[in-house]
Amino acid sequence: MDKIQLESFLKTIASGVEIKEGKQYLEVTVPSSSLHQLAKSLKEKEESKFDFLFCLTGVDYGTELGVIYHLRSTSYDHTVVLKTRTADRENPILDSVCDIWETAEFHEREVFDLLGIKFKNHPDLRRLFLDNSWGFPLRKDYVDDINIVTK
Amino acid sequence: MEEKEITNLTDEHQEYVINMGPQHPSTHGVLRLKVSLKGEIVKSIEPHIGYIHSGIEKMCESITYPQIIHLTDRMDYISAHINNEAVCLNVEKALEIDIPDRIKVIRTIMSELTRIQSHQLWWACFGMDLGGLTCFFYGLRDREKILDIFEETCGGRMIVSYNCPGGLMYDIHPNFQKRVKDFIKYFRKILPEYDQLLTGNVIFHERSKGIGTLTKEDAISFGVTGPTGRASGFSCDVRKHEPYSAYDRVQFKEILFDEGDTFHRYLARIDEMWESMKIIEQLIDNIPEGPFAVKMKPIIKLPEGEYYQRVETARGELGVFVISDGNKNPYRVKFRSPNFSNLSVLNHIAKGFKIADLVAIGGSLDLIIPDIDR
Repeated sequence: MDKIQLESFLKTIASGVEIKEGKQYLEVTVPSSSLHQLAKSLKEKEESKFDFLFCLTGVDYGTELGVIYHLRSTSYDHTVVLKTRTADRENPILDSVCDIWETAEFHEREVFDLLGIKFKNHPDLRRLFLDNSWGFPLRKDYVDDINIVTK
Repeated sequence: MEEKEITNLTDEHQEYVINMGPQHPSTHGVLRLKVSLKGEIVKSIEPHIGYIHSGIEKMCESITYPQIIHLTDRMDYISAHINNEAVCLNVEKALEIDIPDRIKVIRTIMSELTRIQSHQLWWACFGMDLGGLTCFFYGLRDREKILDIFEETCGGRMIVSYNCPGGLMYDIHPNFQKRVKDFIKYFRKILPEYDQLLTGNVIFHERSKGIGTLTKEDAISFGVTGPTGRASGFSCDVRKHEPYSAYDRVQFKEILFDEGDTFHRYLARIDEMWESMKIIEQLIDNIPEGPFAVKMKPIIKLPEGEYYQRVETARGELGVFVISDGNKNPYRVKFRSPNFSNLSVLNHIAKGFKIADLVAIGGSLDLIIPDIDR
């Protein structure tokens, strides 16, 4: 499916989503509550078959934290980007997509390690690179007096 | 090791846990695998990573785009040139710069040379892991010839940093074409020797056939790309699916197998070396004339937005995801590293095999640890 077909398809299976034509891919902003459901139907629906999660990125937007999912279909070669955000910086919780794509298990651990976003229903949510004495370095308000020199 | 497991070491019916690494010779870097064993059978593997986590993604947020290129060298240091290319292509795509053909062709030749030397090193180490020390000497002897070509043109041998946004750092050395052609001629004769030494070896067959089988569905679900994914039948070659640089003008075959075991992961890499040589031969005599770099602004600022560029490194799909807020520093950079996803499948495919097979399976995944830790 090309971008236009994909857009109309997304409108039929999801409500309350914001669809934007990005520079490269179709970008879909989803409320965190309906992310898991949409991801599941994108993978399982015969028309979309997004079976390959090739990038999972955690982002600190300043006031909000967010996760970006890059999905591709290996049968149709089309790509879509899902985005979700949470405003809770103290205790950010999002739904895990581990049960849909196995690769998410490691990627979500990485996001938890570096940004502190917790994933509900993740089988083994522990820190990946750093130990518990660290903060969450990829957050914009992370302070490290020794290693980060601010001019 | 936990205490209760030490007390049960003699009981063969109990699971016990050993640490493989972080200094184990077969992990080729500081990777620690916590292996649960029952007798000699692997029950589960838990990779512990982060020993050389250098925070490259955090560092990228405070430096400029041309500086990022030099950090990407240090991720997957065996395919450094291809990592550089990914960042450059991303910047050029965001700024909508047209790159002259000469640059595209040189980049493609360099990428394929990088792929060959990476597979040579992998072949050398894989043979050594399985007990064939001669492989190590053969592989490194031939790899040296490519590193010499790199040294002459780029100044660096492994960490080349030859790309810059808008082109290349400097033009190719006058000897470059002749030396590459000599090398291809030499290596076409030598590569069958690799087959004689290892591919047809009965002991090698026994140790690799049917070991660590990965199905296509699992390869896609775990995000396993590169020769590892293609040995399972997952068509994931970025050079074919989303051609960049000069890959759209050369003829080559995407190596695909259905079996997905250690032996076919091995064959996929050997066959890729043949294909890479084919690509170089098609381009080396036809390097177009022209400038080796486009003039860029002294300070590169990407327009606001999100940019994703993927390339095929020797190990799989490398993605560079840049979120720009219009400044000279990126707002967020994410490297989708091929090894990170490839490592995640290790527990799945090595379960139920013997601990000696774990070395073979780990070797066939061709992991580079700094790329996992970043």
